[in-house]
Amino acid sequence: MEVALFWIFAALMLGFGAAVIFLKSPVSSALSLVVSFLGLAALFLLLDAFFIGIIQVLVYAGAVMVLFLFIIMLLDLKTERARKINLPAMIGGLMVVVGFVALLVKLLPSFDIAKPALARPVNDVASVGMLLFSDYNLPFQVIGVLLLVATVGVVLLSRKELK
Amino acid sequence: MTLTLGHFLLVSGLLFALGLAGVMLRRNIIVIFMCLEMMLNAANLSLVAFSRFRPPIDGMPDYNAQILVFFIITVAAAEVAVGLAIIVALFRAKQTVHVEDLNSLKF
Repeated sequence: MEVALFWIFAALMLGFGAAVIFLKSPVSSALSLVVSFLGLAALFLLLDAFFIGIIQVLVYAGAVMVLFLFIIMLLDLKTERARKINLPAMIGGLMVVVGFVALLVKLLPSFDIAKPALARPVNDVASVGMLLFSDYNLPFQVIGVLLLVATVGVVLLSRKELK
Repeated sequence: MTLTLGHFLLVSGLLFALGLAGVMLRRNIIVIFMCLEMMLNAANLSLVAFSRFRPPIDGMPDYNAQILVFFIITVAAAEVAVGLAIIVALFRAKQTVHVEDLNSLKF
């Protein structure tokens, strides 16, 4: 059951991930990426990371992708018209990707580790929260400042005239 | 057959490869940005997989990796906001999102 679910969601994630690259319209790409992120969230749930899975749906599939769609509509982007393909660049890019996948396939057999059994059911929101507010309290505060700075920066960047 | 760490690393690596291919092959700056997000998420998946497949500490998975994923998601959200604002400013100046038309450093 678990294995079947894993392959279903992995196929969903990779299939729609490929659709992001191959679809011509930016809106279709963005919507495919939403489905791909939902598949990824399901994989997080399979790994007993419920908190991260929910955050993935809320932040990525929800907020970030809505922001992308919003910008695509704001800029009123149409389907790209076909351009002359830059063949050397395309071959170079594909070679980098193929090399990466070949390395991956070569290395994978050394990670043949089964999932360890857990002593009790996970309560990962509590565990992550405890860590976040004890050991990682300073980074947590810093990330708050980062978000504030990013917000101010975005407002500054989107003004009509940059001085 | 049970799930092993290798399964998750394979899927995470393939997702990363797809994102890399998108960054290399696509010419629309917004789609390139989306593919960057895909690569970040692939890294997140392998982090969570490693956290679950470590020998449990006190019968529980290692949550330090999940904290790191939490921070990555937060920083990625901030990065998307700033990046899209820059793309909007760029579009106002050049009226295009095609990377081959954006080839001057100053305009």
